[in-house]
Amino acid sequence: MKPFDILIVGAGIVGSAVARECALLGWRVGVIEGGTPAGGATAAGMGHVVVMDDSPAQLALTAFSRSLWQRDSEKLPKSVEFENRGTIWVAADEEEMAEVHLRHKVYEEAGIEARVLTAAELADKEPNLRRGLTGGLLVPGDGVVYPPAAAGFYLAEARRLGAQVFLARAMSASQGQVLLRDGVNLVAERIVLAVGTECDLLPSLPIQKRKGHLVVTDRYPGFLHHQLVELGYLKSAHKVTGDSVAFNIQPRQTGQLLLGSSRQYGNEGPEVEAEILRRMIDRAHGYMPGLEQLSVLRVWTGFRAATADKLPLIGPAAGFSEDRSLWLAAGFEGLGITNAPGAARLLMDAMLGRESAIDASPYLPARLMEPARLAHV
Amino acid sequence: MTTTEVLVIGAGPAGIAAATAAAENGCAVIVLDDNVAAGGQIWREATVGEAASAHRGHGRKWRALERLRRSGAQVLGGRCVFSAEASGTVQTSHETSSGTLVEQFHFEQLILATGARERFLPFPGWTLPGVFGAGGLQALVKGGFPVGGKRVVVAGTGPLLLAVAAHLAQDSAVVSSVVEQASLGQLARFAASLWEHPAKLAQGVLYRAMLWKTSYRIGCWVVEAIAGSNGHNLSAVRVTDGTRVWTEPCDLLASGYHLVPNTEIAALLGCKFRGTFVQVDKAQRTSLPNVFCAGEPTGIAGLEAAMVQGEIAGLACAGISTTLLQKRVAAERAFGESMEKAFALRKELRSVPRPDTIVCRCEDVTFGSLHGYTGWTDVKLQTRCGMGPCQGRICGPVVEFLLGWSPVSIRQPLFPVPLQAFCFQDESVEIATTNEPIEEKA
Repeated sequence: MKPFDILIVGAGIVGSAVARECALLGWRVGVIEGGTPAGGATAAGMGHVVVMDDSPAQLALTAFSRSLWQRDSEKLPKSVEFENRGTIWVAADEEEMAEVHLRHKVYEEAGIEARVLTAAELADKEPNLRRGLTGGLLVPGDGVVYPPAAAGFYLAEARRLGAQVFLARAMSASQGQVLLRDGVNLVAERIVLAVGTECDLLPSLPIQKRKGHLVVTDRYPGFLHHQLVELGYLKSAHKVTGDSVAFNIQPRQTGQLLLGSSRQYGNEGPEVEAEILRRMIDRAHGYMPGLEQLSVLRVWTGFRAATADKLPLIGPAAGFSEDRSLWLAAGFEGLGITNAPGAARLLMDAMLGRESAIDASPYLPARLMEPARLAHV
Repeated sequence: MTTTEVLVIGAGPAGIAAATAAAENGCAVIVLDDNVAAGGQIWREATVGEAASAHRGHGRKWRALERLRRSGAQVLGGRCVFSAEASGTVQTSHETSSGTLVEQFHFEQLILATGARERFLPFPGWTLPGVFGAGGLQALVKGGFPVGGKRVVVAGTGPLLLAVAAHLAQDSAVVSSVVEQASLGQLARFAASLWEHPAKLAQGVLYRAMLWKTSYRIGCWVVEAIAGSNGHNLSAVRVTDGTRVWTEPCDLLASGYHLVPNTEIAALLGCKFRGTFVQVDKAQRTSLPNVFCAGEPTGIAGLEAAMVQGEIAGLACAGISTTLLQKRVAAERAFGESMEKAFALRKELRSVPRPDTIVCRCEDVTFGSLHGYTGWTDVKLQTRCGMGPCQGRICGPVVEFLLGWSPVSIRQPLFPVPLQAFCFQDESVEIATTNEPIEEKA
């Protein structure tokens, strides 16, 4: 078989975005998927395109990637359900309100549109929130997508441009060769591991599974207008250890509501856990009492691919492998949907030696090899 | 929270037999069913006009229910099981006048007797008012839906068609034809095998006699339901025998393609499957040591099989040997297998839906949009087929027949329940419902 320019292992949203980016350059692209395309974390997650400012590097990547989503929004098929809903970070008390002002400043400095909402404005925008909340921060540029369809669109675009998709499990990937379970051996100049939480091909990857629960309701159009996230989310979502829950709710184009979120380390089983689910729902109920009567269609779990510093691994696998043909696009934790187009762009820039729109060094995988850095995060 | 030694899910013939056997042998037994009254689909109570009471099956029902009552097993109706864990917990929702009541049941041993539902297959026009599932229409009629004087075509496959047609005719419907897709050869072999089951043969003959005015079209199937001039109601069906197509005027169409097992709870618990059925050993024990399964979920084989399997499961829970009964299971299973062969779906049915025919009604997914995917998960993620409130109960078996992909995942809640149901702690949760609509619900 003729060699490929690039082989991408994993057809989740990140692998599919990378495939499209490469195919647009006219490269010979092969995509390898052992399960269902977009069937891993892409299918399990929410589809929130959001600017997050946990760290300057996270802010830079999410803002850059969100701009790519916005730029592409006209081209996205209807099935992707892209909607510019905007995020409201909800403040429950004065302490969180102080946080709102702080973040407002950070966003302003980064050129991200954001607006402080008073208690009355918040109640006006989302009447189903409970009374007595302090206010919020509206980030109007954030969006909502249906991730499997978005990944499907990227992959279909790549195929249209000539990419080949192999539905078989990759047994090994090294030195420019990927061996498939069905015995086929594919050859390429470069291999990208876009493997989510599946690290079998390179077990040294510094990725941990972080379990989450989600709930989807029946259709209630008009119940919710923005994606709402409690500011306490920062406290809970960014704890590196321990179980946590936070109020995070998303309006779908269908009128359905997606309700999260929970974060757990240590349990790699897919079962729904009654106790953490109860805590998650109690938390949401504290913000939106009307939720309790809404009809739930399904509850499920999924796994985020978490790294120690909460930033993804984008770039050469150097540091984790001697193999110079190996590249990584992995470890996106809860921001894989937001960051997929941006990550694909940064990866291509690195492969081509092009200058990137943002500084790509914070996402280089090798950073996590530094023992000093590992020790203090 | 309620604790019991044996919990039976389903109060049809299998569940009744199971509960009776376990309770008569000293177990504390609770039976849950989503219907208000015990009896299951086959012994569903007519709420108006006891037309069916002359029917010979009825006496058996009363005997079975009377024995169940005397056994001391407690039957709780109106309970929808929405989640279950093999570690010993089942959660139900129960609609009461003051709202939805959530209850939790702890069990030592569980018997799944969840029965079967009708298989639906899509055809152009099936979403028109006037088109019903065959069993669904029968249930509606038992609940008082008037069919007197209405022209009805009963179509599909399986022994249920004749039973439904006979019941409709008793309620003064004009059953113009019964359209059975199985071939004459298949049916003849099946009829011959019935000599070993005289009771079943007698019942078939009785049904046929009740339908002496009805045409019985063998080896035929409905290819389209046609709307009347107003465009909104059924006025006729198009029927074919594979070579010729003709139109039969009718007011109602009752369509059903035999049965598919209700295996969602077994799947959620993690029981092993044998094809589409729950795998059980000779004592009806599933791959989980404390979970038994009886009746249609282990193989579609009808009433007798359900009752004897239920009895075995109940006795097994009580620790009593069931060797003698197991022979009867084998005979009934053989009947089930010959029935499965006789009413196997013909491949022509796969080309009945058109590209714009709806397959998943919850999410409005058409047949044409299902092509080009790698499997059930793929098609579900990309088209939302099976993602609606019924979680693919209706369209799952359809997709399996049309495209060969088996449904893969089932998630709690098995039925839509209020969010609050998950906040269950120790007490029963009573969820008050208001009459005010929540915004403008679609």
